[in-house]
Amino acid sequence: MSTNFLQTAGLTARYGDAQALFGIDFHIATGETVAIIGANGAGKSTFLKAITGLVKVAPGALTIDGKPWGGRSPGDIVRQGIALVPEGRRLFPSLTVEENLKMGAYAGRPGPWSLARLYTLFPILEEKRKVPATSLSGGQQQMVAIGRALMSNPRLLLCDEISLGLAPIVIKEIYDALPAIAAEGMSVAVVEQDVMVAQRVSRRLYCFQEGRVSLEGASDGFSREQISQAYFGIQT
Amino acid sequence: MTATVIRSTRGSQAVIAIAAALCLVAATLPLWGEPSWMREFVEIACYLIFAMMWNLLAGYGGMVSVGQQAFFGLGGYVMLALGNFGGINPFVAIPLAALVAALASLPVSKLAFRLQGGYFSIGTWVIAEVFRLSIANVAAVGGGSGTSLTALRGISRSTRENTTYWVALACVVASLALVYLFLRSKQGLALQAIRDSEVAAESQGVGVARMKLAVYVVAAFGCGMAGALYFVSNLRISPDAAFGVNWTAFAIFIVMIGGIGRIEGPVIGAVVFWALNKFFSDYGTWYQLGLGLLAILMTLFFREGLGGFVHRRLGFEMLPTRRILQLAPPAAPATASRLTPEVTA
Amino acid sequence: MTETIVQGLLLGGLYCLFSLGLSLMFGVMRLTNIAQGDLIVAGGFAAISIAPLVGGHFVVAGLVLLPLAFAVGYGLQRLVLNRTLGKDPLPSLVVTFGLSIVIQNLLLEVYSASPRSLEAGALSTGSIQLGEELFVGTLPLLILGVALAATLGLQLLFSLTPLGRAFRAVSDDREVAELMGVRSANVYAIATALATALIALAGLFQSLRTTVSPADGPLLLLFAFESVIIGGMGSFWGTFVGAMVLGVSQQVGFRFDPGWGVWFGHLVFLAVLIVRPNGLFPKTKG
Repeated sequence: MSTNFLQTAGLTARYGDAQALFGIDFHIATGETVAIIGANGAGKSTFLKAITGLVKVAPGALTIDGKPWGGRSPGDIVRQGIALVPEGRRLFPSLTVEENLKMGAYAGRPGPWSLARLYTLFPILEEKRKVPATSLSGGQQQMVAIGRALMSNPRLLLCDEISLGLAPIVIKEIYDALPAIAAEGMSVAVVEQDVMVAQRVSRRLYCFQEGRVSLEGASDGFSREQISQAYFGIQT
Repeated sequence: MTATVIRSTRGSQAVIAIAAALCLVAATLPLWGEPSWMREFVEIACYLIFAMMWNLLAGYGGMVSVGQQAFFGLGGYVMLALGNFGGINPFVAIPLAALVAALASLPVSKLAFRLQGGYFSIGTWVIAEVFRLSIANVAAVGGGSGTSLTALRGISRSTRENTTYWVALACVVASLALVYLFLRSKQGLALQAIRDSEVAAESQGVGVARMKLAVYVVAAFGCGMAGALYFVSNLRISPDAAFGVNWTAFAIFIVMIGGIGRIEGPVIGAVVFWALNKFFSDYGTWYQLGLGLLAILMTLFFREGLGGFVHRRLGFEMLPTRRILQLAPPAAPATASRLTPEVTA
Repeated sequence: MTETIVQGLLLGGLYCLFSLGLSLMFGVMRLTNIAQGDLIVAGGFAAISIAPLVGGHFVVAGLVLLPLAFAVGYGLQRLVLNRTLGKDPLPSLVVTFGLSIVIQNLLLEVYSASPRSLEAGALSTGSIQLGEELFVGTLPLLILGVALAATLGLQLLFSLTPLGRAFRAVSDDREVAELMGVRSANVYAIATALATALIALAGLFQSLRTTVSPADGPLLLLFAFESVIIGGMGSFWGTFVGAMVLGVSQQVGFRFDPGWGVWFGHLVFLAVLIVRPNGLFPKTKG
C-alpha cells in the first residue's frame, strides 16, 4: 500500500460568481492512475484548477505529502510536482513546438524528463520542433500539451479531457502512451467524458455530479446502471 | 407567476422632480443672480456636457477616447464660421455645429475603429491633432493664433450673457435627456448588454459594430454642442484652446470622480470639479498634479466613484436606465431586488 | 532628395527609441502607456540633472540613468500598473493618462517651462562625409546605431532567451504560463523595467539632439505610437521600419513647409491605417 501523497478534504471552490465545488474528498497514491468522470459542468475542470492553484481554495483543503498547500500560487504547486494538461490544450500560439516544451520546464524541477526523452516518446515532435505549435494537427498538439506538462517532471500528471475533439485512433494512441509515461511511479489523474475510456485506463474512478462526488471506487467494480445514475443523477 | 418590469423607483422619481424644480429656479437666475455666476455656469456646463459624452463613450461604449476634443473644436469653429461668414445667429448655429460634428464623426469613425483598446485611444488623439494642425493652416479663421466671434457684436452685453446662460442651461438639460433617453431606449439596453459581454450580446443579435458607431456619433454631437457653446460664451477661439487634450483630461477626471458608467456620475463629478477649481486653481501646477493623482487613486481604489458610493448608501439609483424585472408578489419598488449582479446592498 | 531621406532615417532612429518601450509593454501585457512621452521627457531631464553630478559626460550620465530607470519601471509596474491589468483597458489608460499629467506638472514645477538640453561636447558638432555633398552628424548617426542595436537586442531577447519565451508565453496565455511556474506579476514588471530603461535612453538622446521641455511629452507619445502602428505589431523590426517611415515622412513634409512636418507625418500614419490597418509587418497568426 503506497501512501496518498496528494489529498483533498472537504474542498470547496467558487468559479466566477457561483460556487462550483461543495466539499470534494479525493486522494491519489504514488504511481496510481485515477479517472474523474462526470457530465459537463459537474466541476471536474474546476477541481483540477483548484488543485493546481488557478482557483483559490482554503489552505487545509489540499494537502501534499501531508502538508497544507491550498491557496498557494500555481508556481508553488508545479514546483511540488503537480502538472496540468489543460482542457483545450492551450498551447502558446506564438511559440514553436520546442519553445512550448521548454516553457514546461520553466519551474526548473529536476527529474527524468528532457527534450531528448520526450522526442523518443513522440518522434513526430522532434521533426516539427521548429514550427509554431498551433499549426500541428489536433493529436500532435495534444502530444505537445502532454509533453509540456511532463517537462516539469511531475509526480502527478493531471489530464483534462485530452481526448476532446480527437479521432478515436488518435485517442487510443495517446492513451496507449500513458502507461509508459507513468512507468516510473508517476501518478496520473485523467478527467474524461468518455466513461469507457476512463474505466479502461484507470484503477480507481471518481464520478462528479453538480460539484459533489457521487461515486467512488475501483474502476471495474461498477455496473453500467450505477455509473449512469452517478453521472446524470437520474434513476434508469 | 406574474412579473412586472420596473423602469423607475420612488427614489428616482423624487430625483427627477427635484431636478426639474432646480431647473426652474436656475432658469430665473438672470433675474436675481450675478453675471459672474452665469459665466461660471456656462463654463462648467461645457465641461459637464463634454464629460457626459466621454462617459457615454468609455463607460457604456467601451471606447476610451482621448480625442473627443476633435469634435469639441470642430463644433466651435463651425459655429464661428456660420456666425461670422454665414450670417447665422451664433445661438442658432450651436445645434447646427453639433450636427456637423456628428456628420464628421462618420468618416472619422472609419479611421478610429480600425484600432482597438488603448491604441484606439491614442489614435483618436492623433486625429484630433490632425484637426488642430489643419485648422491652424486656415488663414480665414486666423491660423494658429485664432480669431474672434464677431457675429455677436451689436448685442448688448447683458442680453448676450443672459441668452448664453439660458442656452447653456437648455444644452445641459438636452444633453442629460439625450443620454438618459438613449440609454433607456432599446439601443441603450443593447449597449449595456455589450458592455457586460460583447460575445453574449452578439449572440443575442445585437449588432455590436452598429451600436458602437451610434454611440460615437451621439458623443460627437454632444461634444460639438459643448464646443460651440463654449466659444459663443468665450468670443475668442484658437486651435490650441479648441483642440487641446485638456478637455479630455478634465472629462476623465470628472467622470472618474463622479462614477463611470452611471448617468449621474458626470453631474456629481462636475460639481466636485467646480468646487475644486474655485478653491485650488490658484495653486496652478500643484492643482493640476493633484487632479491627475486623484484620478489615478480613484481608478485604483474607488472605481465606483462618488455616484456609486451614493447609490450604495441610498439603496436606489438616481436615474435608473435598466429595466428591472420584478416577480410577484410586488414589493415596494425602492426595495425591489434587482436582477443585476452589481447590486450588493 | 537623398539629403531629405537620409535626414529622415536619422530622425527615425530617435523615433525608434521612442517607440520600442511602447511596443514592448503592449506586446507583453496589452498595456498602452499614455505616459510614454512624458516619461521620455522625464528621462531627458533626469539626464540633464545627473550629468553635472558625474563630471558632465553624457555617457556616464547614461550609465547612472539606465539602471535607475529600470528600477523605477519595475516599481511602477509592481506597485501601480499591475493593479490595472485585465480585460478592460480603461483602468490602465486612465492611470497612465493621470500619470502623464502628474509627470508634466512635476517637471514644470521642478524645471520650469523653458526648454533645456544636454551638452554633447564634440559629438554635437562632428559630422561624417557620406557623399560628395552629403554630410551626416555624428550624434544622429550614433542614435540610429543605438536604435538598431536596441531593436536587434530586443528581438534576440524575445526569440532566444528564457525570459523572452516567458514574455511571449504570458502574452499568449497568462493563466497557463503561471501553471508552468511563471510569475506574471514579476515578468510584467521586468518588461516595464526594460521599457523604462529604453525610454530613459530615448530621453537622453532627445536632450542631446534637441531640447526637452515639460510640455513635449504628448507629441513624443504620438510619434512613438505612429511608429508602432505603421510598422505593425509583428516584431520589433516592424517598429523600427515604422519609425523610419515616420521620420522620412516628417522630413519630406518639412521640406515643403516648416510647419507641415508633423502634420504630414500624421497624414502618412492615417493613410497606412486606411490601406494597411495591421501595419506594414502584421503579426502572423499561428
